[in-house]
Amino acid sequence: MNAFKNHFSLVIALFGILFSLQTFTIVERAIDAYKQNLANNYSVVVVSKKKMSEKTFKEKYSLISEVKELTSDKVIAKLNAGISKRNRELLKLALPKFYRLQLKHYPSPNEVNSLTKSLLLNSSIMKVETFAKSHNSTYKLLLLFKSVITVFAVSVGIITILLISKEMKIWQFKHSERMSIMGLFGAPTWLSSAVLFRLAIVDALIATGLAFSLFTFISTSDWVLSQLINIEIDIIIFDIFPDFLVMLGVSLFVSFILASFIVISHKEEV
Amino acid sequence: MDKVIVAQNLSLGYSKDEYIIKDVTFSIDSGSFVFITGASGSGKSTLLKSLYGALKPETGSLVIAGVELKNVSKSKLNLLRKHTGIVFQDYKLIKEWTVEKNIILPLIVGGYDKKVQQEQVEKLLSHVRLKHQALKYPKELSGGEQQRVAMARALSNNPVLILADEPTGNLDDYSSQLIWNLLEGANKDLDATVIVVTHHIPESMRVEYKHLHIEFGKIHECI
Repeated sequence: MNAFKNHFSLVIALFGILFSLQTFTIVERAIDAYKQNLANNYSVVVVSKKKMSEKTFKEKYSLISEVKELTSDKVIAKLNAGISKRNRELLKLALPKFYRLQLKHYPSPNEVNSLTKSLLLNSSIMKVETFAKSHNSTYKLLLLFKSVITVFAVSVGIITILLISKEMKIWQFKHSERMSIMGLFGAPTWLSSAVLFRLAIVDALIATGLAFSLFTFISTSDWVLSQLINIEIDIIIFDIFPDFLVMLGVSLFVSFILASFIVISHKEEV
Repeated sequence: MDKVIVAQNLSLGYSKDEYIIKDVTFSIDSGSFVFITGASGSGKSTLLKSLYGALKPETGSLVIAGVELKNVSKSKLNLLRKHTGIVFQDYKLIKEWTVEKNIILPLIVGGYDKKVQQEQVEKLLSHVRLKHQALKYPKELSGGEQQRVAMARALSNNPVLILADEPTGNLDDYSSQLIWNLLEGANKDLDATVIVVTHHIPESMRVEYKHLHIEFGKIHECI
């Protein structure tokens, strides 16, 4: 029971940090995936007086990933009645050229503005349609979602830091007596604080193990996977090896900081 | 005879304005048994603290086993403490360690192997009559038993210097006698220098051993 109590508080605090960190990572991945979805479905339409090559677009504007010329055949076909073939050809030549530009990623409103301005600098380009209104509202929604998650992660982080600082004081009180007594018998600092670091490592391993189990479960849960399919997002919820290493690193780092703080702030009893 | 402790014009205190021990000079021979007495608040424990380096000299010099404590480095102080056995008035046992582990603390610090630790703990538990309590925790023991554990701990690495602060302060006659026997045994059999701070010197030991008395911050040798 005593051993359980010794570990419980720090494990919970470390678990809180790992949970908020991984949740934030998952949301970041989801937002990136969603942005990519949006980018795939979003395009800018350019109207040009003369024919322009894909190379010309890509060379001048690095944000552009793909250029597709929109053929005017369908429009002309609608006017088919009563127009001779020759006139149709002439009309086709007289019509401006339409291009659909796909972008590498979902752009911010600023990027859209600057792309529009750059495109309009080309004297051949007559008009650029960015569907700004719909783009801006989608982008704002995305930012809002990201902000909410950031606030959530930061809040969990702050609560965890408070928990850890409280735990720090308890540990300081609990371990300083033993460290003082060991010091009175000539124990060097590394030896008198060895128990502290051992506890910190054990707690970091337990917290990482718990977080690992939870996120492995979540990442294989049918319900979670079906939710992601519903919103058409394909992401890796828990990338076992790299995510585990990050978790282990963070929990070891935090618990080592905690133990080091206690060792540094320890004053020998007089 | 070699001097294990040499103090010259030594002043000690907890603040620069007021010294508790004022400008004293004394020395203690290696292998001797010395009592330090004085009224409450006279500075007996303060002097003892300086002997294990918990309190540094404000002025003058204090040399223990050839090591000047005024500007001693942490590593040198640790080395000195590894050869010193200390018995505290409040026992200072590690609460979360068993009796057995508390006793071998100086052996753990000294890096002795497990076999030596085991042999020594069995011998000392039998000396302090606590074999049956080996796996208990300090809070499960009486005051007298805790002091006997502290005594066993002080002796576990065969120290050259033993410092004891009121080792029999609140103990019953049985425990007190056991402690005095162990201290005398360490002095005679192991040739350890023993310095005991106490209010009451046992009658049987009054004549035989050196006695330093502290009064008004000064040390007087009583014969």
